[in-house]
Amino acid sequence: MTDKSKKFLVPGISAAFMVVIVILAQLDILNNYYQTILMTICINVIMSASLNVVNGYMGEFSCGHGGFMAVGAYVSSMLSLILFCPGNSITGKALLPPESAIFLFPLVIIIGGLASMVVSLLVAIPSFKTRDDYLAIITIAMNFIITTSLNNIKVAGESRGLMGMKSALSRMSDVIDLPWILIWGMIFAAFAILAIHRLMTSTLGKGISAVRYDEISAEIMSVNTNKMKLIAFTFSSGLAGIAGGLFAHMLGFINPASFGIMKSTESLVMVYLGGMGSLSGSVLSAFIFTIMLELLRPAQILKWVIIPLMLILIMQFRPEGIMGQRELPDVFPKLKKLFSVNPDLVRHSAGEGKGGRS
Amino acid sequence: MSDTPFLEVKHLTQRFGGLQALTDINVDLKKGEIAGLIGPNGAGKTTVFNLVSGFYVPTEGDIFFKGKRISGLKPHVIASMQIGRTFQNIRLWSDMTVLDNICISQQYRLCYGVLAPFFHTKKYKAEEKKIHDEAWALLEKFNLADKALDYPRNLPYGVQRRVEIARALSLNPDLLMLDEPAAGLSTSDLAELISYIRWIHEKFGVTIWMIEHQMEVIMTLCDTIQVVNFGKEIARGTPEEIQKNPEVIKAYLGNGEID
Repeated sequence: MTDKSKKFLVPGISAAFMVVIVILAQLDILNNYYQTILMTICINVIMSASLNVVNGYMGEFSCGHGGFMAVGAYVSSMLSLILFCPGNSITGKALLPPESAIFLFPLVIIIGGLASMVVSLLVAIPSFKTRDDYLAIITIAMNFIITTSLNNIKVAGESRGLMGMKSALSRMSDVIDLPWILIWGMIFAAFAILAIHRLMTSTLGKGISAVRYDEISAEIMSVNTNKMKLIAFTFSSGLAGIAGGLFAHMLGFINPASFGIMKSTESLVMVYLGGMGSLSGSVLSAFIFTIMLELLRPAQILKWVIIPLMLILIMQFRPEGIMGQRELPDVFPKLKKLFSVNPDLVRHSAGEGKGGRS
Repeated sequence: MSDTPFLEVKHLTQRFGGLQALTDINVDLKKGEIAGLIGPNGAGKTTVFNLVSGFYVPTEGDIFFKGKRISGLKPHVIASMQIGRTFQNIRLWSDMTVLDNICISQQYRLCYGVLAPFFHTKKYKAEEKKIHDEAWALLEKFNLADKALDYPRNLPYGVQRRVEIARALSLNPDLLMLDEPAAGLSTSDLAELISYIRWIHEKFGVTIWMIEHQMEVIMTLCDTIQVVNFGKEIARGTPEEIQKNPEVIKAYLGNGEID
């Protein structure tokens, strides 16, 4: 297989996989229940992979990821209510013809992500001077600020929250009958993974990891650590906002209580379960965690004893998480054949001093 | 150009709370020389380095590099003005490959925007290629190319030192500050280190300023030496002058006081 064709292999397989799922959903082989689980997996993938940028790659400890999710969820829900839902609780009529949701829905979700990015400056700017435990406290405080504000904002429905976003999706299904939320969930999850992968393998993004290993030497070696923190926090929160938007539209109902510390803890658990600084680890752990939660549903309240217990056991016997810092191709070298080789990582000048320094 | 001094430190005073770490330190480096900064433990040598590399903002005094005032600038800005340094205790990013270590420290030359990595733009690809090419070329020069994909933590101490110097040189510096390059090396390795520093000085045309406790290294390599003790300069001159200076001998051998 040539390098050129390898380039399209992994995206091709992923796209084919998505198409199969959509067809299965269309044929009702995957019923609503399984679709919801798949959708939750997609959201959790985005949440854990994006939190990994801050907690794993950059080595800071952010425990307010749920807050950023809330911002995305609320902004995109309100937008979607105002734009596409006649008879909504905010303006009472739709600004645009509801059918236009079919084109504008992804845009609405992305705007929610952008709003979270702006709010994340609340954490990113203190992070220039503060770190470790102190920054963790700031992130918790921020999570509380967001949920408490939402509890008191009238247009956001106060503690009752918002509902009715789902009608935008049913309008979309009226135009073309497809499981839209599932489709967009998978697309956004795939793009989140791709974006994190691309950022973290670029020289710019590797600066974020340099901050984790030694912030002082990073700064001395021309890495603008403040810029790195800004990129990591805004990027990670932006993705959380997107996950929030999808979450809101999947459930059709949100209230501030669903984005509290519990939600943030869930994301933290997934990151530590998968392995800090391992993208494939956090994707894998999002799958495992979501499915585990579903399987333990019959255990009801007991599952919140079983899951923390598992976490204790993992931390005791495998503190680095499932994948540690490795990625899937490091564990299964055969997978490497699927990916094209990055020419920059191969020694190509045999003679001494070729290329030279300017 | 020859009129503007290369590195000029004027009346540098540094206080940490009640502790007077440095008092009125003056430095004048000429382009192309190898200069030494010596003194007993705790004399404030590393503090001088930390001030020049922007790690602290001086309490009083100014630092000029190639005629530009650099005191008060952020360390990464100073680094991109082509001042490279190493650390007393090796501070590599030990869990990233040697190649990554060399590439990341070339961030000063990145001009692509924040969004470029997501879209793999032409500019992005060209710049990444350039950075990696430079990194490989540098590693070839240092005979480290076969270690490029290893993690520094798995490398022997001497090799880590070389990687750290290579990383400092990836900043394409005009001034290279070495903080105790011989620390942790056995005496039999010193001759090798001396020829090695000389090789760097010639090959890369950098001005070298180093802190060192091994007198053999300092006396053989340096054109000028400055001695500090208790944060004050006590002597300055050529190696021969320094060796004869009674103040220096007193500082090193003591005068009945405890150092």
